[in-house]
Formats: sequence, C-alpha cells, structure tokens
Amino acid sequence: MSELTQLTAADTAAKIAAGEITAVEVAQAHLDRIAAVDDRTHAFLKVDAEGALSAARAVDDARAGGKPLGPLAGVPLALKDVVVTEGLETTCGSKILAGWIPPYDATITKRMLDAGIVILGKTNMDEFAMGSSTENSAYGPSHNPWDLDRVPGGSSGGSSAAVAAYEAPLAIGTDTGGSIRQPAAVTGLVGAKPTYGGVSRYGLIAFSSSLDQAGPIARTVLDAALLHEVIGGHDPADSTSIDAPVPPVVLAAMAGAAGDLSALTIAVVGELGGDGYQPGVTAAFADAVARLESSGAKVVEVSCPHFGYALPAYYLIAPSECSSNLARFDAVRYGLRVGDDGAHSLEEVMSLTRQAGFGAEVKRRIILGTYALSSGYYDAYYGQAQRVRTLITRDFAAAFETCDVLISPTTPTVAFPIGERIDNPMSMYAADLCTLPASLAGLPAISVPCGLSEGLPVGLQVMAPALADDRTYQVAAALEASYGRPLIDEVPSL
Amino acid sequence: MAITRDEVAYLARLARLSVSDEELDVFARQLDVIVGAVARVAEVAADDIPPTTHAVPLTNVLRHDLVTPSLPRDKVLAAAPAAEDGRFRVPRILEDEA
Repeated sequence: MSELTQLTAADTAAKIAAGEITAVEVAQAHLDRIAAVDDRTHAFLKVDAEGALSAARAVDDARAGGKPLGPLAGVPLALKDVVVTEGLETTCGSKILAGWIPPYDATITKRMLDAGIVILGKTNMDEFAMGSSTENSAYGPSHNPWDLDRVPGGSSGGSSAAVAAYEAPLAIGTDTGGSIRQPAAVTGLVGAKPTYGGVSRYGLIAFSSSLDQAGPIARTVLDAALLHEVIGGHDPADSTSIDAPVPPVVLAAMAGAAGDLSALTIAVVGELGGDGYQPGVTAAFADAVARLESSGAKVVEVSCPHFGYALPAYYLIAPSECSSNLARFDAVRYGLRVGDDGAHSLEEVMSLTRQAGFGAEVKRRIILGTYALSSGYYDAYYGQAQRVRTLITRDFAAAFETCDVLISPTTPTVAFPIGERIDNPMSMYAADLCTLPASLAGLPAISVPCGLSEGLPVGLQVMAPALADDRTYQVAAALEASYGRPLIDEVPSL
Repeated sequence: MAITRDEVAYLARLARLSVSDEELDVFARQLDVIVGAVARVAEVAADDIPPTTHAVPLTNVLRHDLVTPSLPRDKVLAAAPAAEDGRFRVPRILEDEA
C-alpha cells in the first residue's frame, strides 16, 4: 500500500500545498488502492477515475499558477451515493435509480469541488439510506475491513468501509437515525452528524426530511472537522438550512487535541447502557470515561427518562416521512419504468415499477409509514411519536442545564456478522438505539473510537446543544489524543 | 392490534406498490411485530405535550424574486424513462373517459 494513502487529510493537503507531493499522485495512489482491495470491501458503487484525475490536475495547475489552495485541496474523498453528482450516476443504492445521471450537483458536491476536493466515486449504502448494515443495498453489501465477514455499519457503510480500508482519507455520509455515527463506530473511524440545518440538504435524495443531515467520516477528528467546515454553512437553496456561522469545529479539534478538558462537565446518559450492551463495549466505554476524567473533565451521570422511547418514535416518524418522500419515484421523471407496454394504466405502471425497483426494507417502511399516517391511526402513531419527540428534546434541555455535553456508547454492540439480522427488522433497528435521541432532537453528535472489543472497534458518542458542534469535536479530539495514535492504525492490512 | 394480510394489501395499494402473495405473507408477519413494538409510544402520557415536527424552529423561507436559470430541459428529459416532444411521456390516462 502506497504511503500516500496512509496520510491524514490534513497532512495530504499540507504536503500538496508545499509541493512535496502532487494531487495527481495522491489521486492515483487511492485509485490503485481501490483497484487492489475494493473487490473485498465493496465500498464503491462507482469509481470515477477520469473525474478524479482531472480534478487533481486542476489543483496541481492552480498551485503551479500561484493560486491559493483551500485546506483540503487535492484530498481524495468517497461520496455516499445519496448525494447527487452532475454527470455521474447516482443510484442511492436502489434499482429504481439504476443508470440515473443527475442533471445537477448537490450544494455539498459543489462546495467540495470548489474547495479542490477530489471525488473518487460514489459509495455503497443501504437503499435510500434505510438500514444499519448496507445489506439493504440493491448492489450487495459492503464488508468491514476489520473482519470482512462483518457489516461496516449503515447506511453509510460504503463510506466507512472506504475510509477504514484506506481507499480514501475522507468520506461523506448522511445520518437520519445514526447512519454516519454507527458505521464510523464499527469501523474505528470518526463520524459527525452536524446540527440539523447545519449542512445543506439541497441535492441529497430525501429519506426523512425532518431528520436527514450530511456529515464527515474520517480517520481523525481534525480531518472530520476540516471537511465539516467545507460543507457546512447556510444555503439559500435549502429552506431548512440555518442562517448562522459554521461552528468553529477545526479550532475546537485543535484545542481538544491539547488534552485539557478542565472547563467541561461531561454527563454519561444513564439510559444508554447496561442490559443489552456487550460487556466489551461497556468496558471500552468505561475506560474512555476514565480518560476524559484524566483530561480534567468533570464527569457526572444524568437521566433522560424518555430516551427509551426514541426507537419506537423514530420508527414511526422516519417511515411516515419516507412514505411521502418516496412517492416521487413514480416512473415518470427519472429511473426505472416497468409495464409500459400499452396494456397497463399509468397507475399500474407506477405500482409495477415500484414493486420491481424497491427492495424489501424500503417497501416495509413505505407500508408502515402509510399505516401510521392513515386516517384513524394518525394521532395514535405519528402524532404521539411527535409528542414523544418533544419530550426527548426536553430531556436534552434539562440535561444541558447541568453539563456541557452528553456521552454514551455509539452502538450497543460491535459490528455484527453479515446475514445475522437481515431477516429480523427489529434487531436491525436496535443498532440505532444510542444514536436516535440526538437525531430526533436535531442535535450535533460525533462518534470517536474508544478502543477495541475482541479486536473490533468500539465508538463513543458525544452529543451537544444545537449549534455547539465544536464542543463535540473538542471532547472527541481530547479522547483521541489520550490513545497516543488513532486506533484505526490497528486495522488489518487486507 | 394485529395487522392483517388484507390490511397490508390495502396500504400497498394506497402507496401505489404492487405486492406479490409471498410479499403479503412476509410483510404482514413482520409489520405486525414492528407495529407492536412502535406502539410503545402510547405508554408515554403526552396529551398536553405539543408535537415537534422539526427540531429546529423554522419559519417559511421565501427566495428573492429574481430570475435564475432553470435546469436545461434536454438534460432533465434525457434522464426520464420516456420523453416525447419536449415533455415526459406517460401511458395514456384518458382513454376510458371519452
């Protein structure tokens, strides 16, 4: 493996800016790495070698021309296939969009291209971002580089597999109920879900609009922060985008790396632990809590009594919104069309297309959402879930009166074997247990590696009040620094 | 409360989703378990609690009244399953209503 693939994003950009290496060399090294290992990880759905090399050449030319380069110029990135890319096939992991070439770029795609980031290709994911393992992808699962028989998490599992296997130093994931944090946790990476509205959703294929957020996946906290600042900030094209400055996450990551948390009170959430959590996860988490205490933080415990209802509330709200959002796949404007042979009505063509184009999990959630929103059930299910959402938000607000951040394990278990949960939706949903509360409350949350359990990575989640994303980075960076070197260094070399 | 096979068929029809007999069997069984689990939200006494639709307070946002370029029509139609005369082509919808 070329040493160019082992650099952090920050170091890669610095070396390119200093003229020690070229962006083209870096891009080629990653394309070679993809060619060497992606048949085993299946992280990518589509590799765009030509586009990557041409973007890299543009960075090298800009440098030669004396133009200033951004902090991530020339750094390669793996882009989750839920984000649209002009001229580059975007499927969202679904057969219904096979072959679709978007006519425009998402705002974050554009921001990354403008920053000189080199997009290597599109990564695998659970279909329409619904799942926790990538097993719901219409194109087959991705594999966890720590153990190829295990899942890399989901739904952003192609992105996590790519970064953990050194196929890219950075990736974009999206997180609706944990789909950045959970895959980062089980592959030994850093993954951040920004405050809802902190990153533009224009050009993200919508799953659950009141929850979806894009964010960074990286091997270090600083790399994640650098990418966060490139993609974050107000976008007039997204009416849910917050018109406020991007929280200073890069400065916070640097400050945190100095290891002094003496100004902070950190609260462990009592409800997110105990029964149902693997002993190895509990032990790694307890060790990390001790490290945070050693960094000077005051550690307390809080109770958030309604967090136990986050999972049922989420699995009513998200399917309800998905049943509405996915109505756009109607066989008219893009994607698949089945049964258009003169013998079927428009409605039959829509129904046959959706049957052929959607996978089982997407169909389950559409039907569940249709049920939860239907007359007679609406108030008991969707309405009640939204009231529970209010109570979870209030739990957070009460907790933040006594602490600066909340922490928990990111997931109750380490990466599970491929195939173990695919036929049992409720056990698959349980992978999101710890990540759902911050999703429902729209709060920023990060997962940072906190050790290994039986050779597999464990993640620690840090949650903060809205627009205090910088606090999550500060705590994550301090924890990361306490281990001396990133835990991802221990990943098998494939 | 149980979700029946007929109920799944009805919901799928509302969602414009054809389902096979086999899918009906599997989904009815699975959805029954899932609905049983998510129905736990009813345990929370929340009658006087206002619902949250969005975590961040938002008001409607209007864009400035400026003319900006639209997506090129040809490019959009090129991605459609069928197009004709600069429009999306769909199966005939009015034949029975003459």
